[in-house]
Amino acid sequence: MKFVGDRQLRKEDPRLLTGRGRYVGDLALPGMLHAVLLRSPHAHARVRRVSADRARAHPGVVDVVTFADLGGAGRAYPMVPPHPELRGHNFAPLAGDRVRFVGEAVAAVVADSRYTAEDARDLLEVDYEVLPSAQSLAPGAPAVHDDSPDNLAGRVTLARGDVEAALRGAPRVASLRLRIGRGGGQPMETRGLVADWNPALDQLTVWASSQVPHQIRQFVADLLDLAPHQVRVIAPDVGGGFGAKLIVYPEDVLIPFLARRLARPVRWIEDRLEHMLAATQEREQEHDVTVGFDDAGRLLALRDRFVHDTGAYTPRGLVVPLLTASMLTGPYRIPAVESSFESRYTHRVPVTPYRGAGQPQAVFVIERVLDLVARETGCDRAQVRLANLVRAEDMPWDTGLPNYRGRGHVVLDSGDLSSVLRRALESARYDARTAEAAAARATGRLLGVGVACYVELTGVGPFESARVRIDAAGRIAAWSGVSTQGQGLETTLAQVAADELGVTPADVSVTTGDTAGVEHGTGSFASRAAVVGGNAVALAARDVRVKARALAARALGIDEADLEQAGPTFADRRRPERRVTFAELARLAGAATAALGVEPGLESTRFFQPTDMTYSSGAHVALVELDPLSAAVRILGYWMSHDSGRLINPLIVEGQLQGAVALGIGSALLEEVAYDEAGQLLAGSYMDYLLPTATDVPTMTIDHLETLSPLNPLGLKGVGESGTLPVPAVLASAIEDAVGPAGGRVTRMPLGPSRLLDLLPPA
Amino acid sequence: MTPRPGSTVHDVAVTVNGAERRARVIPRLLLADLLREEWGLTGTHLGCEHGACGACTVLVDGEPTRSCLVFAVQVDGCRVDTVEGLAGPGPGLHPLQEAFRSRHALQCGFCTPGILMTLVAYLRLHPSPSETEIREALSGNLCRCTGYQHIVQAALDAAAAGREAVPAP
Repeated sequence: MKFVGDRQLRKEDPRLLTGRGRYVGDLALPGMLHAVLLRSPHAHARVRRVSADRARAHPGVVDVVTFADLGGAGRAYPMVPPHPELRGHNFAPLAGDRVRFVGEAVAAVVADSRYTAEDARDLLEVDYEVLPSAQSLAPGAPAVHDDSPDNLAGRVTLARGDVEAALRGAPRVASLRLRIGRGGGQPMETRGLVADWNPALDQLTVWASSQVPHQIRQFVADLLDLAPHQVRVIAPDVGGGFGAKLIVYPEDVLIPFLARRLARPVRWIEDRLEHMLAATQEREQEHDVTVGFDDAGRLLALRDRFVHDTGAYTPRGLVVPLLTASMLTGPYRIPAVESSFESRYTHRVPVTPYRGAGQPQAVFVIERVLDLVARETGCDRAQVRLANLVRAEDMPWDTGLPNYRGRGHVVLDSGDLSSVLRRALESARYDARTAEAAAARATGRLLGVGVACYVELTGVGPFESARVRIDAAGRIAAWSGVSTQGQGLETTLAQVAADELGVTPADVSVTTGDTAGVEHGTGSFASRAAVVGGNAVALAARDVRVKARALAARALGIDEADLEQAGPTFADRRRPERRVTFAELARLAGAATAALGVEPGLESTRFFQPTDMTYSSGAHVALVELDPLSAAVRILGYWMSHDSGRLINPLIVEGQLQGAVALGIGSALLEEVAYDEAGQLLAGSYMDYLLPTATDVPTMTIDHLETLSPLNPLGLKGVGESGTLPVPAVLASAIEDAVGPAGGRVTRMPLGPSRLLDLLPPA
Repeated sequence: MTPRPGSTVHDVAVTVNGAERRARVIPRLLLADLLREEWGLTGTHLGCEHGACGACTVLVDGEPTRSCLVFAVQVDGCRVDTVEGLAGPGPGLHPLQEAFRSRHALQCGFCTPGILMTLVAYLRLHPSPSETEIREALSGNLCRCTGYQHIVQAALDAAAAGREAVPAP
């Protein structure tokens, strides 16, 4: 392969660097109106009445819409994916007679400018009957949904072997209670939509800042009673997603509904406060862990029972806690495991996956366990990991735990986890650094080294589609059902197509995130876009080349074996002056008769349906220093070794890993969505919800391994979320090392300044 | 944002990327909205609208300024430079843009215009920055995608290229 594996510069960059990107908020259609939403100020209340007369009368206001105006569109959304244990509840485009979290939308105001619409929003009066709200995971909290009085959204136990017997038989047993708080994806571009109803075509066009345009099309069509072909959804340039744009939100149907109702284009751009209030979040869990092990630090039994906060609704069912539970053992061999959870409703923003999706919690739990085992046995932390890692000869490794899809087990398909860890240790000079840190501690400095390993579930199905077409002018275009939020798929998919077609990436234009490009698509999440989307593009491009070769041989009157290809031109090997181009072949194919033996068009649409998930792996090492007075953490060094199968573009992979680590640093040290006891958000801006800045994130050293996945033709594994997974764990390990035996133990994330202070050893 | 009949309006004249532009604006119209909605200069992005993320940074009389925190009427008579004008009239990129591309210093691209404008002004005053100084200079701009490492490298590259092009006196 010529371009797959190459550090190609990105095709999207010239546009984005010069201000010519086109994000949803940049679209301005003639006659466009602006919508704003009135959101509930209460975590739980009955909505008795919405008085809109004054707002309606405000100059410039075109419409005010409440639940009562939605008609058939006022139905609860379906849940993706369903699960037999799920007692699910989803939202509708607007709240009806009950609001269930601060920020749930109650009414929409549409006006000739956003300024006017916001003025009129202040004139809306809502009569709320405020009710007590569920702000804790403990039993007995007020019910979020009347038919789930215990607030239980689902209870699942995954098990391998007899964990109770194994714990009884283990030479040593230890326990931990761990707690992880809430955070969010926080893309720099908030969510947003522009919708336009075209009465001449009976067609709705929706531009959405989303990771899942095909899912939005399905929901819009269903709720507005349109056929899917009447709805085109386009995710144009999208300013980051990280899971915050993964579900179909109330506004994704509401704004198209307004455009159709008013027969005018309508734009809604979420502001940052709304994003903080109403974009989905994740991570909050409380774990009770017991581990059995021997004197050599080998794990014999692991039992984890945890409670998961799912917020007010379950648009993604039980996906997050199922991922935590099923990925608990991660890269380690543990003969007996029980991993069980209860997912509970609270009167808070719904919880759906964001970068890592339940897995950072699993990694935090198991890595805290390994540090505990190391401390109890007196073994080195890296050695304990090496003693328990799945070995290369064990692959494929069946963990024995059902995967989150409930179809088969978590089976690590390939990888060399020990080599990954060894190389990270070498890269970091782990032995020397741990010794240096110990020596520094002897002089009073709080220096510590941490280590953590992980595997990441990637390349989730059910499928992705791709269409590759060469037109009569010789232009090569590829469309994919994935969408891109900064991952560079315009470039990487072009690299894949170029290799298959024998051209260069510059010759291939790639369009993602447009339902008019491919009829079926799944979207970008679960580190799947390059894996599933890339293989679909490879299959479609391969088809096109096969067809082009057949046509070329026919056109030149020779055997295919005598063809020689140079870029877009095929020549007769023996008489090179006889040649035919892709453009000519496309024209030929465009008028294909039965006699030609091929179907018309130099194009192909193909699907890639992975048989199972493929698992990336990695190990991170961090060196930190704590200020002895303030406990502020400085990350002095960061090393990672990572194996995500074949790399399409190492430059892009490095960018993904660095960005993912930065996000992990935020969720470990800075970012926490806090609420008060009434469910009021305490971190509603970037002044109190702190994202990592350039001074918080260290320079990282990255080492790649490439163990090809056997599960797809290109041998790819996903990478987008990987880097995030071990960061809280590795920083916990390093911080605990830094504060030494006299300091505190890290049992919760994130570690804000006051929690860090509590960890300092007595002066 | 067309002023309603009877509302107070102001006429502003601004030199935007070297060309004079005029508009009649309501007093509370933000500079960012003037640029984006009235003049179609959508390269300037709004990430937080409370002055914390830096995505909307433009240069007002050469000074990095958060266009979400400034009213349009405040820049009457000023020079405003946005990302659209950075490369100049030719087809090529500004050396800083070139460095960003070579180093893969952007992913989704949403924060990029604000970061470019911040760095352009910084490098003009500090042609030989250290990595730490670059990180400090960037600390008012949030990027959720890159982890900053490639941005810092790109800024160092651009500084080095700038020193080569214009030898220090």
